[in-house]
Amino acid sequence: MKYVDEFRDGALAQNLTDSIALQAQQSRTYRLMEFCGGHTHALSRYGLLGILPANVQMIHGPGCPVCVLPIGRVDLAIRLAMEKDVILCSYGDCLRVPASDQMSLLKAKTRGGDVRMVYSALDALKIAMNNPARQVVFFAIGFETTTPPTASIIRQARANGLTNFSVLCNHVLTLPAMEAILTQPGGVPLQGLVGPAHVSTVIGSQPYQYIAKRFNKPIVISGFEPLDLLQGILMLLRQVNENRAEVENEFTRAVTLAGNRKAQALVDEVFEVRDSFEWRGLGSLPFSGLKIRVAFAEFDAELRYPDLIYTNVPDHKACECSAILRGEKRPQDCKIFGTICTPDNPIGSCMVSSEGACAAHYTYGRFSEVKWAL
Amino acid sequence: MNKIKSVYVRPLDIKHGRVDMSHGSGGRASAQLTEVVFAAAFDNEYLQQGNDGAVLPLPPANSRLVMSTDAHVVSPLFFPGGDIGSLSVHGTVNDLAMMGAHPLWLSASFILEEGFALYDLQRIVSSMAQVAKAAGVAIVTGDTKVVERGKGDGVYISTTGVGYVQGSISPSGDRARAGDAILLSGTIGDHGMAIMSQREGLQFESAIESDSAALHELVAVMLATGADIHVLRDPTRGGLATTLNEIARQSGVGMVLNENNIPVHRQVVAACEFLGLDPLYVANEGKLIAICADADAAKLLDAMRTHPLALSAAVIGTVIADDACFVQMKTKLGGRRMVDWLNGDQLPRIC
Amino acid sequence: MCLAIPACIVELLPDDMARIELDGVRKEISLSLIQGARVGDYVIVHVGYALQLLDPEEAAQTLALFAELASQT
Repeated sequence: MKYVDEFRDGALAQNLTDSIALQAQQSRTYRLMEFCGGHTHALSRYGLLGILPANVQMIHGPGCPVCVLPIGRVDLAIRLAMEKDVILCSYGDCLRVPASDQMSLLKAKTRGGDVRMVYSALDALKIAMNNPARQVVFFAIGFETTTPPTASIIRQARANGLTNFSVLCNHVLTLPAMEAILTQPGGVPLQGLVGPAHVSTVIGSQPYQYIAKRFNKPIVISGFEPLDLLQGILMLLRQVNENRAEVENEFTRAVTLAGNRKAQALVDEVFEVRDSFEWRGLGSLPFSGLKIRVAFAEFDAELRYPDLIYTNVPDHKACECSAILRGEKRPQDCKIFGTICTPDNPIGSCMVSSEGACAAHYTYGRFSEVKWAL
Repeated sequence: MNKIKSVYVRPLDIKHGRVDMSHGSGGRASAQLTEVVFAAAFDNEYLQQGNDGAVLPLPPANSRLVMSTDAHVVSPLFFPGGDIGSLSVHGTVNDLAMMGAHPLWLSASFILEEGFALYDLQRIVSSMAQVAKAAGVAIVTGDTKVVERGKGDGVYISTTGVGYVQGSISPSGDRARAGDAILLSGTIGDHGMAIMSQREGLQFESAIESDSAALHELVAVMLATGADIHVLRDPTRGGLATTLNEIARQSGVGMVLNENNIPVHRQVVAACEFLGLDPLYVANEGKLIAICADADAAKLLDAMRTHPLALSAAVIGTVIADDACFVQMKTKLGGRRMVDWLNGDQLPRIC
Repeated sequence: MCLAIPACIVELLPDDMARIELDGVRKEISLSLIQGARVGDYVIVHVGYALQLLDPEEAAQTLALFAELASQT
């Protein structure tokens, strides 16, 4: 696969690993946060955690839209399917997120709710067009990468004059979450951040400059392939050693300073920033989530079904997702990790998404104490 | 002399007809369906007798009887490289083959949904007949039931197979030992991705075809080498990763794999990338894993590679002593990761 | 956090759609989020949409960066 395989080359990886080993000063411990869940997944999948030096520690960030989705929002989606007889369209990632009353969207499906998995927002639109007699709701989640497709289908729904289609919007913003992580009192000491790859293709590298400056932390935007990640970590180590706190872009083949202006304009046309939105683990953050503008009100599921009111639902008592999302605790610090809470029986959403810190640790990381035969 | 006029039975309209409840009730319609569709296709001496069961010969001396069963509920019913029919025959033939057995006879029971097109039924049954013949097995007994519309998914097929295994041949999941070589007969992920390519909403165009195939002749070739084969298993649902974990646990051992040696078609890799799936967990229907004494690995591999179904066979790893029964893998990148059990269902993801 | 993959545009289709290909696997996706894409261009694809054009020169330069010898760090 062009532009993929070259960035997974083993020999180049070795080269980068050697460079990292040289750059990581023995006397220091480097704590770097990979903000984005996709990076968390990549670190595990390619076995990178095993080849980084021991004094370079990666802390998982909250950039996993499934993980930060509050239980109460999933409850709304489930209620739409079970009580309002809608066709509830959702990305695969959300289907197993545990909600209230031991329900999930998948379980709702087994109990007769018409829950359908879609790969693309376009599929949800098609379902609406093919089922004019049914109400169709798209359960939209995601950071800035996934928001433009939702904006696009809302505009298309308007152009097609659809009356049976609406969106339950849970889109969130990256920078407020980064700020929250870096602001928390007694917060996790971090020396730098690996910035998200595909969010940045949309928003550009420019917005991160504010964060780097305000918190005096280097940020390196890295692509998803393992070589990108290694290079990104190398660049962060250099910055830390040189006492710099700049925004650097490793993913130059897809990320520019300004980002994708067309996509940004589309999002701006359809959405506006909510005053406040609740994040699992981070609490209510101001100006951190999006809602559908009044101009497109007829596509807002929250207005179409006003009796579905969001209620905050606390995590299971033993669930440490909150602390883990903030980087304060590790999955293995959670008492129910790996025992009651497993990917087959997830108690919290960090275990559901394949890039949630807990799922990643369960699938890959919990073996790090293993005597590796390799 | 009374000439009893035979009752006129309207011929079955295969082209446009549909299954209805009467086809499962045991009456004339049932008999007609069995005769015209099933018996005609599966035609053999046992079915010709038209009895409730087939009387089969005992195994010869120094052979033992092996039996296996499988149910098939795949959707869509027709996919690139096969259909539910061919899958149901191959699946059970392979289960027997993994026991080291020579497959001989199958039973096939069908649960049909009211309204199912007879044309599609005919296609499926023809496919089964073709595949059974090629594999040298006979479908000797069967059953048909019909459920009301909405209570089935077109058709479900259950096949049970019987075969003979010779002498002391007894591959078993608990016989893997530290030092053994792990061999894989070919590319992984083909079947699962062929199915995915047809699923509504995920549709993608590709040349990916299911690898559904009968493996018993390949197994015969392997057994004939005299290699000390400890385990034979086909990595179906849950993929290679799941099957290896099962064997590791059954045998109380660990495994170390080399990602570089695991063959995957480029298109399967690409399709998995699109959907966020890992080929290690994608189903296969025409591949096998063989775990053998290390000393025999080279000759076993050579023999496998002479067979059309195992041209890209490879040694993919080694069995090691490990109380925790972990399956570890050296990644292409030179890193290392665990290959765990399949956690939940692999769903395409956005993240 | 987003599963996205670079793929090549092999055909432009009506309604701002395109057929892309990755190692022989083809899919129809939307180009509504970008502009100026042509057949032969590589795009980053996420949930059925092209998010951005991929810059081949930058890609080459990044690869060259990876190859810089460790001793030059």
